[in-house]
Amino acid sequence: MSRPVPRRPEYHKINRDLLVLTYGALVAQLCKDYEKDEDVNKYLDKMGYGIGTRLVEDFLARSCVRRCHSYSEITHIIAEMNVLFPLPPTCPVTGRDCVDAPAFATAPFIHIFQASSHKNQPQVLLILLQSQQVAFKMYLGVTPSVTCNNSSKNEFSLILDKNPLSEFVEELPAGRSSLCYCNLLCGIIRGALEMVHLAVDVMFLQDRLKGDSVTEIGITFLKQPEKKKYRRRK
Amino acid sequence: MRAASARAVLRRADWCMADTVLFELLHTEMVAELWAPDPDPGPGGQKTSLSVLESMGFRVGQALGERLPQETLGFREELEVLKFLCKDLWVAVFHKQMDSLRTNHQGTYVLQDNSFPLLVPMASGRQYVEEAPKFLAFTCGLLCGALGTLGFQSLVTASVTALPACKFQVVIRKP
Repeated sequence: MSRPVPRRPEYHKINRDLLVLTYGALVAQLCKDYEKDEDVNKYLDKMGYGIGTRLVEDFLARSCVRRCHSYSEITHIIAEMNVLFPLPPTCPVTGRDCVDAPAFATAPFIHIFQASSHKNQPQVLLILLQSQQVAFKMYLGVTPSVTCNNSSKNEFSLILDKNPLSEFVEELPAGRSSLCYCNLLCGIIRGALEMVHLAVDVMFLQDRLKGDSVTEIGITFLKQPEKKKYRRRK
Repeated sequence: MRAASARAVLRRADWCMADTVLFELLHTEMVAELWAPDPDPGPGGQKTSLSVLESMGFRVGQALGERLPQETLGFREELEVLKFLCKDLWVAVFHKQMDSLRTNHQGTYVLQDNSFPLLVPMASGRQYVEEAPKFLAFTCGLLCGALGTLGFQSLVTASVTALPACKFQVVIRKP
């Protein structure tokens, strides 16, 4: 018999300023420790990766995970989550249509697509991106828009009108022009997706701190090498 | 009343909420990366690593303190300020009040939190008591920084006997 796990208090919220200010202090400390921007970026990405691998467990635990046996079950769960975390249909900044899909999905679909051999199917990836919208809303209180960047449908972007982590930053420090201030987010996304067996490349395509109009995080799904099938010799 | 208006400010919707899990994970990662035991520990080796986290907490505490309304910055009495920290600031930051505040009325205060949110996910009981101080360094700095903005120089240390309860000892330095 397993010991009952002590229950955590119901989904605590904290003051977002604490998170934002702490992140700022962290970046400032790393800028002191490392001279090169690339080193700071790499370090932030590494820390984000560590956070992402653990954050995804919390996300899965809170997204009413059940093993789904059919897409209609998934649709049902999606509808339930839609009530809790409603998402806008068009990107409020660029006006581009947010990626068309029946609704956004959360963890339940992951069970199905892990078992499926069609992991990289565009529709599945689309739904995966929209679950990231839910995660952004859950953890940072903002909802990015999702757009698809290429016709082969393996490159997507998350577009943030307001980046909460850089709320108090007016401009990058002098001499730090190639610093990706929020590189932690890239690492988090990469770490989280790796835990559900998806290899991705994540990077900032646009950054408000560098003068762009929005902050855009580009996600490229990398093709997994196919597993060889071995035939038994008779 | 100054305290009442400060409380109202801290509770207003502008102080948006984020999920505590993300902060907990960020904090854990910071402790893991920024607290590295010195390969050649001199007599001050370990202290130096802890103070990196404390100084970060100090900056954050100062910044949080600066976002308070002007009236709060006019607190005169020590005890009033400490009560404000225990009730209003702790609630604003960690969504709960400090569980007890004791003082010797000579500048030393002991703030006790019986379930400190950053220790709750770690363990329950006497396990990891040696590791716990590095997870409190940031918060000690935070308290110190907030007190600094409110006009008091202090020294804050923390101690743990059984997780997730911890005590913060605040010694107000006389000018």
